[in-house]
Amino acid sequence: MHVVVCVKQVPDTEAPIRIRPDGQGVDESGLTFVMNYYDEHAVEEAIRIKERAGGTVTLIAAGPARAAEALRAGLAMGADQAIHIQDPALDGLDHLALARVLTAAIASVPYDLVLCGKLATDDNAAVIGPALAEFLDLPQATAVTRLELGDGTATAHREVEGGVEVLEISLPAVVTVERNINEPRYPSLPGIMRAKRTPITVKTIADLGVDLGGSGAARVRLLGLAPPPARPPGRMLEGEPAEVVRELVRLLREEARVL
Amino acid sequence: MEFELGEEHRLVQATVREWATSRLLPIAAEMDRTGRYPPELIRELGDLRLTGVFIPEAYGGGGMDTISYCIVIEEIARAEAALAAVLSVQNSLDCYPIFAFGTEAQRRRYLPELARGRKIGCYCLTEPTSGSDAASLRTTARDDGDHWVLDGTKIFVTNGVEAEILIVYARTEPGETGSRGISAFIAEKGDPGLSVGKIERKLGIHASSTCEIVLDECRLPKDRLLGERDRGFHIAMATLDGGRIGIAAQALGIARAAMEDAIGYARERRQFGRPIAEFQATQWKIADMATRIQAGRLLTYRAAWMRDQGRRHTREASMAKLFASETAMWAATQAVQIYGGYGYIQDYPVERHFRDAKITEIYEGTSEIQRMVIARHVLGAS
Repeated sequence: MHVVVCVKQVPDTEAPIRIRPDGQGVDESGLTFVMNYYDEHAVEEAIRIKERAGGTVTLIAAGPARAAEALRAGLAMGADQAIHIQDPALDGLDHLALARVLTAAIASVPYDLVLCGKLATDDNAAVIGPALAEFLDLPQATAVTRLELGDGTATAHREVEGGVEVLEISLPAVVTVERNINEPRYPSLPGIMRAKRTPITVKTIADLGVDLGGSGAARVRLLGLAPPPARPPGRMLEGEPAEVVRELVRLLREEARVL
Repeated sequence: MEFELGEEHRLVQATVREWATSRLLPIAAEMDRTGRYPPELIRELGDLRLTGVFIPEAYGGGGMDTISYCIVIEEIARAEAALAAVLSVQNSLDCYPIFAFGTEAQRRRYLPELARGRKIGCYCLTEPTSGSDAASLRTTARDDGDHWVLDGTKIFVTNGVEAEILIVYARTEPGETGSRGISAFIAEKGDPGLSVGKIERKLGIHASSTCEIVLDECRLPKDRLLGERDRGFHIAMATLDGGRIGIAAQALGIARAAMEDAIGYARERRQFGRPIAEFQATQWKIADMATRIQAGRLLTYRAAWMRDQGRRHTREASMAKLFASETAMWAATQAVQIYGGYGYIQDYPVERHFRDAKITEIYEGTSEIQRMVIARHVLGAS
């Protein structure tokens, strides 16, 4: 079973985000980047499949030079090889155009299954997985919490409103995973050393033979970024316990409307 | 000159930091209170090979360098200092001498289980009448044909309660005094005449065990001699060079814990209408902590780098251990001061850091011994 996993490097969700003065991106200075959490679960699932059924795990990431660290982290967990799409033109691409680039990279290696995280924590778009399925003309299952592979088919469990939906899909397929599908392993020291020795294949968009057209095929344009509104300061209630509690209950009921 | 960690070192740091933050930090206070660590943690650390960081993969280790080892110990100590002591003994004082001085058969027999965290190791050098003056040890090893027979009492043995593989120093030439005529041995739990004596109650690093190891006509097969006969003191000192780098890293972790906790508190604690972090008295303490920690880390990484280059590093290891341990004690003292009355209360973590820090100025050579070693190198042999 050959599994391809698309991984994205994103700012650590605990890192404070500062928006660039031009409003077109975030200030990366002093920011720590990590592999998107959902993608870690996809890598873990792929490695477990390899451990059970044999085969290979190939990681693909598109992004600047620093994105190689996410690939190294995945290699250290146990993936076999990695492709890093590095191109200045990546910057202006919308999700659909990026999915075209990733599609070409996936098509350049043998695959029976393509895994992605359900979404990336930086932009919450959840577009890439379904777009890959479309461009590769494959069946898909999204937000999967359990995946069982059969002979030429896979059974995917999805949590839906009020229950679990169970799908059967033929392979090859694209599957995006939820965080509760597994518990990702920590890379071991020998794993980290192996990752260091594994060469990462670097490709440009042209290397992949993708022609995005003059405008970079961007059909979505970023108008601006703004920080979320500052949280209003907390309020301290003072007085005798009995009146404070009465007041707290009133506020929870009338203002916060949580009771 | 490179002042940045390489990619693999950053990955080691991120991995161990995440492990320590999610698995260790939440139970650190409880470990301190109960004086125990969950045994499964050692298995987890073993799966990651953090119990044999610089032992080659062929012997079940991590196959990494001393810089990686420093990163591992600092990150573990940042969360909980006692487990850093356990790991430091396992790596530096057990895995290392067996790898560096053991026969191929000894390496194959002991390293995989130590490096994979399946067995705990300990190091038995100190005796009731021989501490800093390690060469005055009195435990004897008598040649009895196909066995060595060891007699004596070792004290202050970290990991001694759990240990299944013990490095023991004993005098093989009864006529000799001082550093000559000492040999190193590998003992195993269950060897006849070997037992755990008094278990100590300590000021800090509660979760790691410290005890007496009693050798009463302890019979060891001849192949348990580690390294050459009568060359044990050399093994002890070479082992401690690496050990001291590990203790320096542990001290840095404790110092960082003290500083990071103090920063968090200083930002939240309000007095005179503002967070105390806005007062210069607090800021200067934090600035000095950050500066000393940085200086200690540079000394420690340099000692580690020299060790990895195969260069003599006795002086550098002593400097790193001396400076980092005194930084830990100083930073923990400042952190308690920043917390004020709350710093003296067991509900807050700096009280634990304060108690944990002290041992780093004492074990694997007191600050006085480190200064002696440094002075000997700087002034020339005495």
